[in-house]
Amino acid sequence: MAETHSLQDLRQAAVASKVFVQRDYSSGTICKFQTKFPAELESRIDKQQFEETVQTLNNLYAEAEKLGGRSYLEGCLACLTAYTIFLCMETHYEKVLKKIAKYIQEQNEKIYAPLGLLLTDPIERGLRVVEIIIFEDRSIGSR
Amino acid sequence: MKNREYQQIDPQALATPTPTPPPRPLPEHKPRRARRRWEVFPGKNRFYCDGRMIVARQSGVLPLTLGLILLTSGLFFIFDCPFLVKHLTSCIPAIGGVLFVFVIISLLQTSFTDPGILPRATPEEAADIEKQIDNPTGSSSSYRPPPRTKEVVINQQVVKLKYCFTCKIFRPPRTSHCSLCDNCVERFDHHCPWVGNCVGKRNYRFFYTFIVSLSFLTAFIFGCVTTHLALRSQGGNGLVFALQASPASALELVVCFFSVWSILGLSGFHTYLVATNLTTNEDIKGSWSGKSGNEDVGNPYSYNSIIKNCCSVLCGPMPPSLIDRRGFVPSDDSVQTSPVEIELPAAKNDINMCTQGTKGLLETASRSPLLTSSCPQAKPQAVLEPLPEIVPEPPKTPHKHHSHHRSKAKQSTHHTPKTSNSSPRPHHSHSSRRKDSKNRDPKFSSLR
Repeated sequence: MAETHSLQDLRQAAVASKVFVQRDYSSGTICKFQTKFPAELESRIDKQQFEETVQTLNNLYAEAEKLGGRSYLEGCLACLTAYTIFLCMETHYEKVLKKIAKYIQEQNEKIYAPLGLLLTDPIERGLRVVEIIIFEDRSIGSR
Repeated sequence: MKNREYQQIDPQALATPTPTPPPRPLPEHKPRRARRRWEVFPGKNRFYCDGRMIVARQSGVLPLTLGLILLTSGLFFIFDCPFLVKHLTSCIPAIGGVLFVFVIISLLQTSFTDPGILPRATPEEAADIEKQIDNPTGSSSSYRPPPRTKEVVINQQVVKLKYCFTCKIFRPPRTSHCSLCDNCVERFDHHCPWVGNCVGKRNYRFFYTFIVSLSFLTAFIFGCVTTHLALRSQGGNGLVFALQASPASALELVVCFFSVWSILGLSGFHTYLVATNLTTNEDIKGSWSGKSGNEDVGNPYSYNSIIKNCCSVLCGPMPPSLIDRRGFVPSDDSVQTSPVEIELPAAKNDINMCTQGTKGLLETASRSPLLTSSCPQAKPQAVLEPLPEIVPEPPKTPHKHHSHHRSKAKQSTHHTPKTSNSSPRPHHSHSSRRKDSKNRDPKFSSLR
């Protein structure tokens, strides 16, 4: 049986390469990542699983940037208080970012780390890319 | 809490930078104080309050703006208000006060907020992008390679994304590189010297509030001072007497008279931009107005409804700052040493860059041990090949034009963390930013 990695094991593993999932601008300037499956991951992970992860991320970012009653209310309130409210309150966007961070950590723990992969939160790369670190697979498993 | 590895150091152990930096490996690297990311930020910005506030490097005429506003308002409250309260109503200083507070707060927020700076690409990202770009003409020409563009269709409109040679990314739509601040800024509007900062996605609403409230304030003061002088000159006294009785009013009148037209004009212009969801940059370039003869261009970002455009620009969700000023730089990056290599010189300059950067780059290039005799342009192929291990060149002297060459030194020997803005040198990186090295622990918690 192939040896699966845990998050701790990955700390000692060597980085084989990194894959970058770029932004998809076809819908404008909103934060959305391409769901195209990178060739380097073909041997490591299910295509569907990967697409599902990226799609969920896209949905979460869409929720953060959604123009709706809530964001307008927040914006108007902020304007009335001369934007000083931003100093005390956490914005909706920041709340969703925390949700995203949690989601990525969950995904890493449950799905990606056992396969020797690691997702980096896009916010650490300025929301430009989703960086996937591929670790060397020391165990020659039957994957 | 982020997993940082650094040790407390005592001040005596701080290694003083050696002026002759040969890149020999340092067997025992003295542990350094963990530095925050703003201290190694590569753009030309200045940071205050330990990274909480950010301004452009040249504060422009921000002190003048502030001074004028404070002076005029101060004179108004001291000299005009007492008379007007006595003769008219006490609402006047109240209204004036509210407007004044709005103006000052929005001005400070415009100046000290990150406008939407995009952090530069990590070396691996840059390498990945390089691999995807095919340069058919080869890199041996002595001119810079043709600007790399990528086309994307947004809302049935073809938009060209340009590659930024400084930041090593394909600029997202509506993003532009500000040469004054040396950063790519999202939804770049313009660089405003009056506020001493770029106006972009994150601080446009503050800027708009500022100019609108300032136009109200200027008009209000102008009106009140005129009323004041009119009231004083009643009863056969004449204007001269009135001016003599209240000379401060004359000064306010002059200042307000000249500012009100320009500020009102600017407010009107920006109201138009907000209603059509355009930026000053796009308007000036005529990106969507069909100037180039192409008739079926339209703004692909507009919602085609004035109200929706206004709401989305002014009341939309507030995006977070992408540059993480107050995070810590991982200290293990500074320990590595590697053979030096310099990145492609002038050939890679961004179009917007001024020639100063080229000069600085060539200076550095000429001092590099690699480029002793060969022409710099012959190097590109060699430079581009060994990408995964892009290595820096240690700084020879901290020179001002850091923006073009990406020679990042691993040891930041020259720079002690700056807490004040007294030094004219920019807080730029000769030290490494977030390098992904083999020793680096993958980050699991990505909360900023």
